[in-house]
Amino acid sequence: MGLYVEPAQCWIDPSRPAELALITHGHADHARGGHARTIATPATLAIMVLRYQTEAGATPVNYGETLALAGGVSVTFAPAGHVLGSAQILLEYQGERVVVSGDYKRRADPTCAPFAVTACDVFITEATFGLPVFRHPPIEQEIARLLAARAAHPQRCVLVGAYALGKAQRLIAELRRAGYAEPIYLHGALEKMCQLYIEHGIALGPLRPATGASRAELAGQIILAPPGALNDRWARRLPEPITAMASGWMQIRQRARQRNIELPLVISDHADWAELTQTIAEVSPAETWITHGREEGLLRWCELHQRRAQALALLGYEDEDD
Amino acid sequence: MERFAALVDALTYTRSRNAKLELIAAYLRETPDPDRGWALAALTGGLSFPAVKGGTVRGLMMDRVDPVLFALSRDYVGDTAETASLLWPDPVTPPGPVPGVTEAVTSLAAMTRTSAQPELAGLMDRLDANGRYALLKLATGAMRLGISARLAKLAFAQAFAVSVDEVEEYWHGQAPPYAALFAWAAGGGPAPRSDHLPLFRPFMLAQALEDTVVDLDLFAAEWKWDGIRVEIVHVGGETRLYSRSGDDISGSFPEITGALPFDAVLDGELLVRGSHQGGEEGGAASFNALQQRLGRKLVSAKMLAEYPAFVRLYDVLIIAGEDLRALPWHERRERLEQTMALLDAERFDISPVIPAQSIAELTEIRARARDAAIEGVMLKRRDSAYVAGRRTGLWYKWKRDPLLADCVLMYAQRGSGKRSSFYSDFTFGAWDGDPDQGATLLPVGKAYFGFTDEELKWLDSYVRNHTVNRFGPVRETDHSLVLEVAFDAINASKRHKSGLAMRFPRIHRIRTDKPAEEADRIASLLALIVD
Ligand SMILES: [Zn+2]
Ligand SMILES: [Zn+2]
Repeated sequence: MGLYVEPAQCWIDPSRPAELALITHGHADHARGGHARTIATPATLAIMVLRYQTEAGATPVNYGETLALAGGVSVTFAPAGHVLGSAQILLEYQGERVVVSGDYKRRADPTCAPFAVTACDVFITEATFGLPVFRHPPIEQEIARLLAARAAHPQRCVLVGAYALGKAQRLIAELRRAGYAEPIYLHGALEKMCQLYIEHGIALGPLRPATGASRAELAGQIILAPPGALNDRWARRLPEPITAMASGWMQIRQRARQRNIELPLVISDHADWAELTQTIAEVSPAETWITHGREEGLLRWCELHQRRAQALALLGYEDEDD
Repeated sequence: MERFAALVDALTYTRSRNAKLELIAAYLRETPDPDRGWALAALTGGLSFPAVKGGTVRGLMMDRVDPVLFALSRDYVGDTAETASLLWPDPVTPPGPVPGVTEAVTSLAAMTRTSAQPELAGLMDRLDANGRYALLKLATGAMRLGISARLAKLAFAQAFAVSVDEVEEYWHGQAPPYAALFAWAAGGGPAPRSDHLPLFRPFMLAQALEDTVVDLDLFAAEWKWDGIRVEIVHVGGETRLYSRSGDDISGSFPEITGALPFDAVLDGELLVRGSHQGGEEGGAASFNALQQRLGRKLVSAKMLAEYPAFVRLYDVLIIAGEDLRALPWHERRERLEQTMALLDAERFDISPVIPAQSIAELTEIRARARDAAIEGVMLKRRDSAYVAGRRTGLWYKWKRDPLLADCVLMYAQRGSGKRSSFYSDFTFGAWDGDPDQGATLLPVGKAYFGFTDEELKWLDSYVRNHTVNRFGPVRETDHSLVLEVAFDAINASKRHKSGLAMRFPRIHRIRTDKPAEEADRIASLLALIVD
């Protein structure tokens, strides 16, 4: 259902239409349509407009800007490093500071502003990858594997499953950073979001629609598609695709095999175990609330490090944006 | 180890049999001895290191990771070796060089129960996560990559462009790391000699008759007996009994191995004395009687008395050091008939040739044979040499009761009600072509009865130990087990990828003696469609 901020009578990332919603970022499990009033960063609002057509009563707020809400609550948005426009929400009330991290990561990402450590009394952290088995490798290494697979099979294409918001654009930007200048082909479901990123000043290089391109044109190319389209009818016309997937879950062999992934790329927009624990240590709140993922693991870490913590059972968040 | 870990990784994510073959072949070509030999043995489950147990790995982790975090992680990942490979902390001191496969195997083999933990830790420190995974899988002997012995041999043949029949022939005399085998195939050295050892020689197999018209001037007919196909070998004072897949089953049948006192390699059907097949006189008992004897390590005197085994001989491959396999069938048959006089009649008899002059007559004899247990008729080309595998046009099997098919177990699901703790719903498949040519298995049916409670327990634990993949409540096995499936009819079906639907399928028998590659093909099932 989201978090309810009682004195200000507003919700953070509500899963049902609310009077006033503060939105951390544009992923569907956080940003739903239909709220009467929405406060979010300009990029997040643009993403919501793209996804839900209209967004009535939208109040844009820049990183670092503070807004006064009802009941003496003030709110400040700070970058979360997760996707374009993603924010942590700092709430201040009667001298107490609460930070709702939303989803976040600590790695450099050419498509969004880096996570800002914000001092607070209560830190509400996500825990998508809240087990010590999750250690995301450097992205350069995964990009190199992707490029090596492409080079090894000039007659085939590499079809990479990537979430439409964030993952796809980061993957493209990282490919460009690695010197890859070829056109990158997109499934139709990714085109508008890439366009939105470009309009926000993120350079993505030459992009082409995959639909309509001939098999010969697609041989030896990299094609991006939403994960749901990987084993779809749509993929059948591609030249012998090497099916890849860019996700933190790809670290677990079973997860990759279940999805018939040949080339699992461990690339995530969430913090891995080291980033999660490092962040709690750096923010060093009086209390940590853990939600959204494998709470028990992070809770145990807090216990071992004598940090006060509790798990919040929030429903409605899926692992769909990892 | 890096190259091997990369191979393990690639095989993990590769579904196609052809692609697996290519990956293994490339590895074997590009990797030096003896690494490649050890790797090959590891892939096919041919290595075991008794000092390293599942508990060794867990113990190793308990010293390094909080037990609660380990347990949570293990639950999430679903595999101890994988969990350990991911959780392993970076070493404090700079690690030594990455160990090679040979170094890993050598030190694993030398470990004792007490040294296993520290020594394994030393190796782990020198590897990355993929390397640690490969090492732990190697150490605990549970690769679960779906690489059958046949697939490995095919890959080996493909790697060095040698014939797979020759690989089959020489393989059995060799132990890891197969130095002589690589010297022969990769280095152009002499073929590994095996005449002096009681080794398995690959069987000649029959194909389903379907609608081929056979001329009995060219073909001889024999009954197809309902036991298990065996090869009995005596060389240099030692006797061995091998099943169809080349497994040594000598220990279960001492009365047979004790009854061949001279050098020979014979092919026949292992049966138990009784009156079920072939009448009261010199008859054989049902397959069930034989089953009482299969898989037993210790054979009691009571067992020997109640279920006395014998071999009904079909063929002779080698006698007194003379290899007869290149001779035509009729000449081998003559030699076999001469040999019978030297054999103990209680333990060996000869499978008679059916005296039919024409196919019409044979059809009549076949239909009249009252013996329900006789599986059908074999047709053997009189001029055919004894060649390994299933060759077109040489031997045919003409099953009398065609409503049985050998299928490969693919998936299992838990049952409901009192069977909910058992994997009791089985999906099985048949090959869509020649598995040696890259055919794949397509599901052809699903069965959830036909087995005894004891067989159910066995199947359940088989599934648990051979799982390569999980999809919710469904487990995918490594496609290694042959199930003989009985069914009422086969109908054409557009809804199924195989193009057929089985009516009322049930598990008839568990055929641990058959390799998966020899299960039925889709084409022979399609031939059973009656419209
Ligand atoms: Zn998100
Ligand atoms: Zn999320």
